Amino acid sequence: MSYFEEPQDSRPKTHKKMKYTAPDKKGYFGKYGGKFVPEILIPALEELEEAYNEVQGDPLFQKEYHDLLREYVGRPTKLTYAGRLSKHYGRAKIYLKREDLCHTGAHKINNAIGQLLLARKMGKTRIIAETGAGQHGVATATACAKFGFECVIYMGAEDMERQKLNVDRMELLGAEVRSVESGSKTLKDATNEAIRDWVTNVENTFYIIGSVVGPHPYPMMTRNFHRVIGEETKDQLKHMEGKKPDYLIACVGGGSNAIGFFYPFIEDEDVKMIGIEAAGLGADTDQTAATLTIGTPGILHGSMSYLLHNSEGQIQLAHSISAGLDYPGIGPEHSYLHDSKRVHYYGVTDKQAMDAVKLVSEKEGIIPAIETAHAFAYLETLMPLTQKDEIVVVNCSGRGDKDMKTISEWFKKNPF
Amino acid sequence: MSLFITAGYPDLESTVDLILGFEKNGADLIELGMPFSDPLADGPTIQYASNVAIGNGITMKKIFEIVSELRKSSEIPVILMGYINPVFKYGVESFCEEASNCGVDGLIIPDAPPEESSIIAGAAEKHGLNMIYLVAPNSSDKRMQLVDKLSSGFVYCVSVTGVTGARSGNEVAQSVGKFIERVKSNITKNPTLVGFGIKSHEDAKLIAKDADGFIVGSALIDIIRENYPNKDWKEHVFNFVKKLKFGNL
Repeated sequence: MSYFEEPQDSRPKTHKKMKYTAPDKKGYFGKYGGKFVPEILIPALEELEEAYNEVQGDPLFQKEYHDLLREYVGRPTKLTYAGRLSKHYGRAKIYLKREDLCHTGAHKINNAIGQLLLARKMGKTRIIAETGAGQHGVATATACAKFGFECVIYMGAEDMERQKLNVDRMELLGAEVRSVESGSKTLKDATNEAIRDWVTNVENTFYIIGSVVGPHPYPMMTRNFHRVIGEETKDQLKHMEGKKPDYLIACVGGGSNAIGFFYPFIEDEDVKMIGIEAAGLGADTDQTAATLTIGTPGILHGSMSYLLHNSEGQIQLAHSISAGLDYPGIGPEHSYLHDSKRVHYYGVTDKQAMDAVKLVSEKEGIIPAIETAHAFAYLETLMPLTQKDEIVVVNCSGRGDKDMKTISEWFKKNPF
Repeated sequence: MSLFITAGYPDLESTVDLILGFEKNGADLIELGMPFSDPLADGPTIQYASNVAIGNGITMKKIFEIVSELRKSSEIPVILMGYINPVFKYGVESFCEEASNCGVDGLIIPDAPPEESSIIAGAAEKHGLNMIYLVAPNSSDKRMQLVDKLSSGFVYCVSVTGVTGARSGNEVAQSVGKFIERVKSNITKNPTLVGFGIKSHEDAKLIAKDADGFIVGSALIDIIRENYPNKDWKEHVFNFVKKLKFGNL
């Protein structure tokens, strides 16, 4: 398979273990990734890469990071057997990786804490971030409050409207939330503004990117700060079931929760992995965010990856009921895993996701974020194809409290 | 003096006339902007002009037509400036071929720095297009030397960290001296043009006195925006251009 590379080792091999080594030194996952940024940001990325490489082998940094994950974030998060949901489908056993139980309500804090510790080590004093659903903004504002950093969050005006609760949380945590009025007024435009801020204030400012997007080393670094999700899942399932999962399912916007969940399993060829994109009103309409399903390669926000863009290369407006998936791009590593077919990606519509919100709430007593509900919605398709002795793990990436306004309005208009 | 204008702004028909008028009033070089929906190195002015041009229906083909039309009556050097995605989507090889055929002299692609230059540099060279790279105040000496080596035509010196059009000339002038000094000692092969923050003849004298030239973009677009579509709007714009070059006569 193309995504495996032979290890550089000339000794005679008794066991041929294949290795996944992406990205390469230039930040490429196959042909995706890179550093497509203005000259001003090149020194900043070089400085960041150097600092990141240093802390990876620094036991004190790693200890502080993992102590914070344990004592502040609340890791390891639980792996919960979803008994009634499993019974509902009557096939494989379904487990949930409970990232919704992380402090602040979603997986995003794993990365925000990691990058903030790095910013502190680099002597940066000001933190900026973009946010879509507000979960990354809240996680960043939380980390900044914990460590006493100035924090500016860019958020699309439309997202501020539909995620009002998270705006209030960020402000209470002491962050300044700047409303972005350009373009579609969502995550893409918030990212543009954050990059403009970074270009302007590059000397003292650290940009905490919230997903596995952006120029190298961000996609790699963010993945590595989230890989704990998959590593814990592997250990926990081994303990509870004595084996590896047969299927992993996660939702994908930029793709951070999915990559953190998948990455530790990539070399386990018998573990099937499924990423779920937001198809909005349908991948065959122009109201969609299903980047891998209908997009083509292009360059946005510093890296080459699949994109939604027109024949002139102008970026198209994405649509999803979920603010966190409402993005016309996707992390470069997902593009690579898509092309190599190591991960299979499918779209789920707004309606399918909202039906899943209702189902999971009623069957398991867990109100998932609308983003997360996209992953659950795919169970409708997958479960009839599974066997009773198989195991499906869904990454329950976030909780749905922030979405209550959208959820209530939806079910008023669309009774279940 | 190099002037930046977004192709298709303020309307599709005016771009050729504007460039001819710029030339007549003192421009030595034209940077013709290829609009992109997400211009993340640009401030509000060029974002606005890009959106208007896209709304006007500008396409890559129409940009080539503009240059072909211009070449019927002018030999002023034209550099296409824009982001990599529209170029990539068009097809880098055919983009460079058609650009060269219609009379384009070079390219500035701010989000394809030397690290990523392989995406386009080969095709540009094959079709005889200059590649112009940028240096910024935070570029190291070594970096400046690399950019000088890779560039042909000139090197674009970004006077301050930031997006286009955001800062005042005075603000830029305070910090630019040391930068230009380093530019002059590290960039020896190519002429150096300074851009970002130059809004007047006086700014240009302050900021670019030791460089080989200066670039004005956002300030020019602001003047167009103020005057379009009033009667005589072009005259106001051309007067501004003349003053940029020669000061108050």
